[in-house]
Amino acid sequence: MSAEITLSNDEILRYSRHLIMPEVGMEGQLKLKKASVLLVGTGGLGAPLGLYLTAAGIGRIGLVDFDVVDYTNLQRQVIHGTKDVGRPKIDSAIESMKDINPFVQLDRHEVALTSDNALEIIKDYDYVVDGTDNFPTRYLVNDACVLLNKPNIYGSVFRFEGQSTVFAYEGGPCYRCLYPEPPPPGLVPSCAEGGVLGILPGVIGLIQATETAKLILGVGKSLVGRLLLYDALEMKFRELKLRKNPECPVCGDHRTITKLIDYQEFCGIPQHAAEAAPVNTATEIEPKDVKAKQDRGDKFVLVDVREPHEYQIAKIPGSILIPVGDVAKRLGELNPDDEIVMHCKMGGRSAKACDVLRANGFTKVLNMTGGITKWSDTVDPTVPKY
Amino acid sequence: MARILIPTPLRQFAEKNDNVEVAGATVGEVLTALTTRFPDLKKNLYNDEGKLRSFVNVYLNDEDIRYTGKEATAVTDADTLSIVPSIAGGAHVG
Ligand SMILES: [Zn+2]
Repeated sequence: MSAEITLSNDEILRYSRHLIMPEVGMEGQLKLKKASVLLVGTGGLGAPLGLYLTAAGIGRIGLVDFDVVDYTNLQRQVIHGTKDVGRPKIDSAIESMKDINPFVQLDRHEVALTSDNALEIIKDYDYVVDGTDNFPTRYLVNDACVLLNKPNIYGSVFRFEGQSTVFAYEGGPCYRCLYPEPPPPGLVPSCAEGGVLGILPGVIGLIQATETAKLILGVGKSLVGRLLLYDALEMKFRELKLRKNPECPVCGDHRTITKLIDYQEFCGIPQHAAEAAPVNTATEIEPKDVKAKQDRGDKFVLVDVREPHEYQIAKIPGSILIPVGDVAKRLGELNPDDEIVMHCKMGGRSAKACDVLRANGFTKVLNMTGGITKWSDTVDPTVPKY
Repeated sequence: MARILIPTPLRQFAEKNDNVEVAGATVGEVLTALTTRFPDLKKNLYNDEGKLRSFVNVYLNDEDIRYTGKEATAVTDADTLSIVPSIAGGAHVG
């Protein structure tokens, strides 16, 4: 028999606004204290989740993150501060949470969640909250939760819109019931279409936190079977029915997935994508070599294929702007006899734009590797990065 | 004409519209009318075999069309169709 869990007088005072509500009360507060929650990610969603679940008095919270705080995180990841830039997120998050509530046990998992460690990590928790930002980890978290029969409290955000629901609760629908497969990488919005209102993950993360607390307390009506959609611009919430798919490969009647798989491969992401092949000088050019061409006075056209609002943030002198989506329509502005160098933010969109030109008979087309970001890193640091 | 709600990631392929009204007696007809009007949407909604992509869900009001008869589901002028693609969060590529 385990030792009985009680609240100290300090904890009673701390949780008094819970204790005086009959829906929580002493019984509910003890349920929170006995509960364990695994928080996957301490980013945009994980930040408010970590702060509020800690304040609410969850007994044990595990954190999974191996990332480092950078300046672009601070617009939304409020668990980290300016002083934390460069620190591991898990250290910064634990420091903030400990300060809010020293009565919560915080477990560190400073690793990338993978098929090799997910089951081992998740099995020790009652609830899993998905605060990840990529498809491979989302499918991994889903499958691991289904296999271990752990509720998966889900949220995701994009620009001004968010989604939330509860998956895999007592045999209910899972993420694969909703979306059997991820989009191929080519159809995932690029950095041009990305971005997120910094406040939005606060709203969605706190919906996840609310659902987590309700499940623990056993009160109210949870989001099981309902997909909640939030549109910040319209300030509207909608909900859609979420059914268990009898053909779901992981939770359906004839399941084909009975153990964790390779999620990078499943999502079509090549292994070691970061260690890409060396520069192919027939199709690619380094920013420093573009600068050398400019300095020599070589005749060539530098085309920036980003969006106008990105051009306002930073641009390379001498470039002309043709957003990637307009390249096919504006071929007439370019001369197939000219040498053309194309760039974007990181090199992805400009590679597509180069393909469009080549498909239209242009032969002297080069993609500037690494985009304006690498230009800032290797040629001109006065050009801001974003 | 049924109203169809276009989610943020797909608006770039629909002349930045967030909703449009299109004619059609079934979900399939409405989606065909939509992709005829905005051809760039087609490859984002359908795969090479002409089937709706598995990361794009279509709802008739609040009901997933996979459980109501898929593209054959009847549509009336009072109905709202929603396209709801999967979104991962803050990940970015390119
Ligand atoms: Zn399922």
